[in-house]
Amino acid sequence: MDTVPSEVRKLNFDDYSTAKHLEHAAAQARARNFQDFLIVDVDAHHYENESYKEVFQYIESPVIRHDVIDSSQRPGRSAMINASVGNQNLGGRITRANLRRLQKVPADGRHRDIAMTLEWMDAMGVDYACMFPTPMLFLGLHPQVEIEVALCRAYNRWLCERILAVEPRLVSMLYIPFNDPEAAYKTVKDFGDCKGVVGFMVTSPRYRPVHDNAYMKTYALLEEMGKPISFHAAYSWEDRALQMTNRFISVHSLGFMWFNMIHMTNWVVNGLPERFPKLKVLWIESGLTWAYSLMQRLDHSYMMRTSDCPSLRRKPSEYMREMYFSSQPMEKPDDPSILEATFRMINAETQLLWSSDYPHWDFDLPGVIYDLPFLSETAKRNILGANAARVFGLDAKVVKRIP
Amino acid sequence: MAEWFVAKAAELPEGDRRIVVAGKDEVGVFHHGGAYYAYSNYCVHSGGPACEGVLINKVVDLIDADRTYQGQTFSDEVHFVCPWHGYEFELATGRCVGDRRLKLKKYQVVRRGDDIYVVT
Repeated sequence: MDTVPSEVRKLNFDDYSTAKHLEHAAAQARARNFQDFLIVDVDAHHYENESYKEVFQYIESPVIRHDVIDSSQRPGRSAMINASVGNQNLGGRITRANLRRLQKVPADGRHRDIAMTLEWMDAMGVDYACMFPTPMLFLGLHPQVEIEVALCRAYNRWLCERILAVEPRLVSMLYIPFNDPEAAYKTVKDFGDCKGVVGFMVTSPRYRPVHDNAYMKTYALLEEMGKPISFHAAYSWEDRALQMTNRFISVHSLGFMWFNMIHMTNWVVNGLPERFPKLKVLWIESGLTWAYSLMQRLDHSYMMRTSDCPSLRRKPSEYMREMYFSSQPMEKPDDPSILEATFRMINAETQLLWSSDYPHWDFDLPGVIYDLPFLSETAKRNILGANAARVFGLDAKVVKRIP
Repeated sequence: MAEWFVAKAAELPEGDRRIVVAGKDEVGVFHHGGAYYAYSNYCVHSGGPACEGVLINKVVDLIDADRTYQGQTFSDEVHFVCPWHGYEFELATGRCVGDRRLKLKKYQVVRRGDDIYVVT
């Protein structure tokens, strides 16, 4: 037996590097030649709470600004910003969640958020990423509507000025304060032309129906601007039905489908695709099985109850098939023919947009799409980047640097 | 077959581990409970660094004789966890806890004098 020199690494939990953490992702990206084509991540996150000190300075109301800053000095106690109960990081098993604070970034003047984000993007082979917040995904459940409006506006201003204006590889669909329809409209008006704003996003956990007449002028404005509206899923353990679940796996698995299923049903049944035929609608982070299921449920009932939705001229699934879906967390059934059928059901080749959800606990790599045996090379490249470039109006130039 | 140097035995104390780059393979070598274990460092899920996460004991539900739920505790079975997504593996076997049909490739660990080697 030969004895050969080896490279040995000690593990050090007192240090952290995103590039090191994702070394295997970079190897996958090199092996699959991701350097050769465009990859766009339509759902990536930062932890905006790490920049709250900056964000809070953008709160326009002096009273709310004062109160939010004051309450932020007592973390874990009564706060002005609502948080969600939930063991997202698996009791410390997802190590990056705690270790990321140890990450050192180059002292080159770039915002820490930008430096950390570009590092994982390069490792995965991502050219452009659409950034979304993390704790603010639950802001639609805040009991004070004016707090949602104030924080949303502050975050949007901070994001546009400090991140999007500086780094061309980062874009966003800006948070709409949906619980205040007038503020929602004003958000689209005020930020629609900002650099890097490729659309607008509604956080799904909330209790305002999307077919309320108060939103029609906002949808019309978005349609006129050619900017998509998206619904970003999340859970709420305070939802009456979901309160019956007792484990995070349950509330997460159901919650991330639940709110989007309601919004989608209202959107279609009330004929919004007929009223806004050119408005691009994107459903984010609900996976794919919910759409496969809901298409069949609504079509089945529709044939017997067309009088419930007289605005429709086609089956519900036909409208849904013209919308867009982000891929993560992409379910992988043991029988791949089920996944293949799901892709056919949603016209994946043109309507599906790959997303990572990084750095969250259930992120996907581009390989979840690239390694599927039933997709052509063209379909893979569409889903991984070309579809998003078309929807967002992005330059399709490859700009990443895979390490 | 080749033997790859891991560490001097004294430099790999109980509870410690090493990642050995063995040609095109990466192998995680654990020293735990007086034994050495070595597994592929590529997770069966999406290729994450399976051997570089936390070690944690198996969580079990406490179900009474009358089948009522009485809470949870940790058992004696030790798992290591892929830090990317939380896939758990039995330290003693390398089997994936969520689907025992899946397992990480296991490697032999040998000690020659003061030196620890992994065999690929």
